[in-house]
Amino acid sequence: MVVMNPTGDIALQERNLILVALGMMLLVVIPVLTLIVVFAFRYRKGRAPEKYDPNFTHSAPIEVVVWSIPLLIIACLGVVTWITTHSLDPFRPLDRISADKPLAKDHKPLDIQVVAMDWKWLFIYPEQGIATVNELALPVDVPVRFSITSTNQFNTFSAPTLAGMIYAMPGMKSMLHAVLNEPGDSWGYSGNYTGAGYSDMRFKLHGVDQAGFDQWAAGIKAAGETLSTDRYVELDKPSEKVPVMHFSTVASGLFDRVLNRCVVAGTECAADIMKKDRALDRDNGGMFAPQPMDHSAMQSSEGQMSQGMSSMSHTSTSGDVTAAVPAAHDHTNTGTNNGALAAPEQQGSNARP
Amino acid sequence: MQDHSFTTTVFGRLTLESLPIHEPILVGTFIAVAALGLIIVAALTYFRLWGYLWKEWFTSVDHKKIGIMYIVLAIIMLLRGFSDAVMMRLQQAIAFGGNEGFLHSSHYDQIFTAHGTIMIFFVAIPLVVGIVNFVMPLQIGARDVAFPYLNNLSFWLTVAGSVLVMISLFVGEFARTGWLSYAPLAEKAFSPDTGVDYYLWSLEIAGIGTTLSAVNMVATVIKMRAPGMSLMKMPVFTWTALCSNVLAIAIFPALTAAFFLLLLDRYLDTAFFINDLGGNAMLYWNMVWMWGHPEVYVLILPAFGIYSEITSTFTGKRLFGYGSMVYATVVITILSYLVWLHHYFTMGSGASVNAFFGIATMVIAIPTGAKVFNWLFTMFRGEIRFELPMMWVVAFMLTFVVGGMTGVLLAVPAADFVLHNSLFLVAHFHNTIIGGVVFGLFAGMTYWFPKAFGFKMDEFWGKVAFWGWVIGYWVAWTPIYIVGLMGTTRRVNHFDDPTLQPYFVIALIGAVIILIGVLGFVMAIVMGIVKRNKLRDVTGDPWDGRTLEWSTTSPPPAYNFAITPVVYELDAWHDMKEHGYKHPTEGFRPVHMPRNTATGVVVAALATALGFGMIWYMWWLAAISFAGILVVSIVHTFNYSRDHYIPADAIALTEGKRAQQPAARA
Repeated sequence: MVVMNPTGDIALQERNLILVALGMMLLVVIPVLTLIVVFAFRYRKGRAPEKYDPNFTHSAPIEVVVWSIPLLIIACLGVVTWITTHSLDPFRPLDRISADKPLAKDHKPLDIQVVAMDWKWLFIYPEQGIATVNELALPVDVPVRFSITSTNQFNTFSAPTLAGMIYAMPGMKSMLHAVLNEPGDSWGYSGNYTGAGYSDMRFKLHGVDQAGFDQWAAGIKAAGETLSTDRYVELDKPSEKVPVMHFSTVASGLFDRVLNRCVVAGTECAADIMKKDRALDRDNGGMFAPQPMDHSAMQSSEGQMSQGMSSMSHTSTSGDVTAAVPAAHDHTNTGTNNGALAAPEQQGSNARP
Repeated sequence: MQDHSFTTTVFGRLTLESLPIHEPILVGTFIAVAALGLIIVAALTYFRLWGYLWKEWFTSVDHKKIGIMYIVLAIIMLLRGFSDAVMMRLQQAIAFGGNEGFLHSSHYDQIFTAHGTIMIFFVAIPLVVGIVNFVMPLQIGARDVAFPYLNNLSFWLTVAGSVLVMISLFVGEFARTGWLSYAPLAEKAFSPDTGVDYYLWSLEIAGIGTTLSAVNMVATVIKMRAPGMSLMKMPVFTWTALCSNVLAIAIFPALTAAFFLLLLDRYLDTAFFINDLGGNAMLYWNMVWMWGHPEVYVLILPAFGIYSEITSTFTGKRLFGYGSMVYATVVITILSYLVWLHHYFTMGSGASVNAFFGIATMVIAIPTGAKVFNWLFTMFRGEIRFELPMMWVVAFMLTFVVGGMTGVLLAVPAADFVLHNSLFLVAHFHNTIIGGVVFGLFAGMTYWFPKAFGFKMDEFWGKVAFWGWVIGYWVAWTPIYIVGLMGTTRRVNHFDDPTLQPYFVIALIGAVIILIGVLGFVMAIVMGIVKRNKLRDVTGDPWDGRTLEWSTTSPPPAYNFAITPVVYELDAWHDMKEHGYKHPTEGFRPVHMPRNTATGVVVAALATALGFGMIWYMWWLAAISFAGILVVSIVHTFNYSRDHYIPADAIALTEGKRAQQPAARA
């Protein structure tokens, strides 16, 4: 049972949480199940007529007890919930590698960009400059930061050995911080049904040591094909049971263009449209125009937004497109793709093959 | 660009290719259904029953008959939804390794969508509405619901929706989008076929029926209680019916609006839930779950009410902690509005939002837990008669507690991250819906069956149904919990991992055992009819009941109560029996009753045609039907002959017959 025997620290903490919560509930569930059987047996008609008491229909002490027991259990569980929901928030950077391995001070997480497509997974390794389809290799004990989006559908990026799942949604970016602690092969899936090819939309997950990972990346770098914009557009066509693919180079800023829905040359990026709309609205004093105070507050709270056009183009994506994801403000700006593309560069890169 | 030829104008996008003649399973089903339909039609014609059905049932505004028709509809749809379930279980049990099973993905995807849609919208809801319709007015000592014609219309609109779903089996196809048809998958870009349109139109039409019915039930409880029945003297089932329908009034508009916006996206190219032009599918998810989560309480609250009535009757005690039971019901009603987001903790709402909705969800376990304890302490020092309804209650308690536990587990967001969208989740909600709602509805149907028809169900087959469902449930769903913990996601058509197969095979066996339960229930009714003379209830009170519905005859006369009862105590009928109540034999007055009307049937038929026309782009048909609905509705308002009086003599005659019955209690 992979959920009960995960190899990643986050999934392990989630497993432990399941066991703790189950244990707390069994404290009341087991006595209740027992009482049901005992009462059903003991008070059946004809067994003990002298115990029959039709007027026993109210008892303040019992009422207090039956309301307080669930209340107490839920109060404790509520505390556990509040703490773990924050500590295991997928947007939150890791604070340890595993229970007995602290995080190095100067550690740098491995960035992986995930694009859920119809019906396959594209993984882009920006530092290595490679990309894969339906294959994800992770170095053991290295924190990984996934940036996740989707081309069309709502999928969930689900690798049960590694960590809990998180939705991959078009035009929005979600994050997952996780780490794999043991080498070994397993599978990842999409948890949300997306149509015909859904059942085969899964990827191999390899846990390897750092040397093995470097070797794997180098092998792809040496032998794979090029993931140009045109190649991406071709890959984007719906396909089923897609075999593993390797790409040795990746068109620049591909993930951000997927996220902003402007991969194809000539389409305007969502972030730029929103920026324009916002400017237009402000000029017209429209209902969505930020009040002067709000505006300055926004500038300061999203510090990086004021860093100029190029950063603006990206951060406003993570800020506004993921508006339904409030936490994104807190997490996505912390260093992911700080050098995001400005709109003109994107147009330029679209023109390249 | 547009084709304006004669055939497309007349038939829209309906062509011969829309008929699934290349699908042997569907052709076989069609032949079977057509043959069965022909036999039924022939039999009805031969026995000259059409006039009887039309006059006594279809056009009836009697809440009891409408309630029974709802239940008949639900049982027919249950057979359809359950066949879908068996096909899914069979597919998942054999589709391993290279074997793709017997259902290709487009067919399998329709089946799981149809299964969920039918089971919730056309089985669970009609069963709940049907039982509430039948029982609640009797429990409050009323002669009918507040708006009898509306009740008939609500029923027929539900039928219209289910007819559209059934048509999709043989003309075109049903949605392949899952039972809530999430955008963006349900958008035209990804689901251009008729399936999602069938889904949307049938649920829009049926949803209007359900909303109207809820309005009707709330008005009935508020305005039509017998004198003396203050709110805190209402039977618990009536309380739960009230809360359930208050919930329904508040939530169904959200669903109707979500579907309407999706229809606009699909028909008029608006951009509410598409990926571009500023649309966002998350809005759709929010709107459907604002309906969806309270909806499960719409279903389960009346089931809780049924358990309360049965426990109290069969332990020979008033319900333990009536007051706290009522408060628990109301608390659940309010809290159920505040938890919808737990259906997508994994969409990255942020830790504080997730924690809020997680804890709000768990808090529901407190009143629910208190309810379980109250049933338990009703049994305590009781004199429990283990007749069929009480057996269902005990099975419910044992099953539902486990489902509640896994539910609280899923409410912990960080635990949900690994369990969401897995088969563990699917097992959880079947645990609560089968173990909570379905067991309750079976308990209720068994319990009130003699009231409705004047004789009990056959006990042997009733026990077959009981054990089939209870054992089958555990055999079918325990392995699904386990494969969920093995990381298996839902709605998957075939698998690679051979270690999963034994679990799916066991689950299939469980489904077959449940099939025995399903057929056993049908047999319990059939054999009940066959042996009706032996099983007849002449007293009107076969279980030694406690609430007002047992004070009248079985089946009750059209006017329910010859003289409106006066209520002094909770468990009014028990109180009346204690005080030596005698059925009146004289002093009757004429009873004012509503007259039957065909408007409901006609409007619903036109609504079906409207839906069909819109689905297939036969604009002329849609326009004519829509105009027809308006005309018929307006004409109906000019119908001034809506009521009649049952003369006192006729009532004296009916009641007099009853007084002569030998075994009459009281």
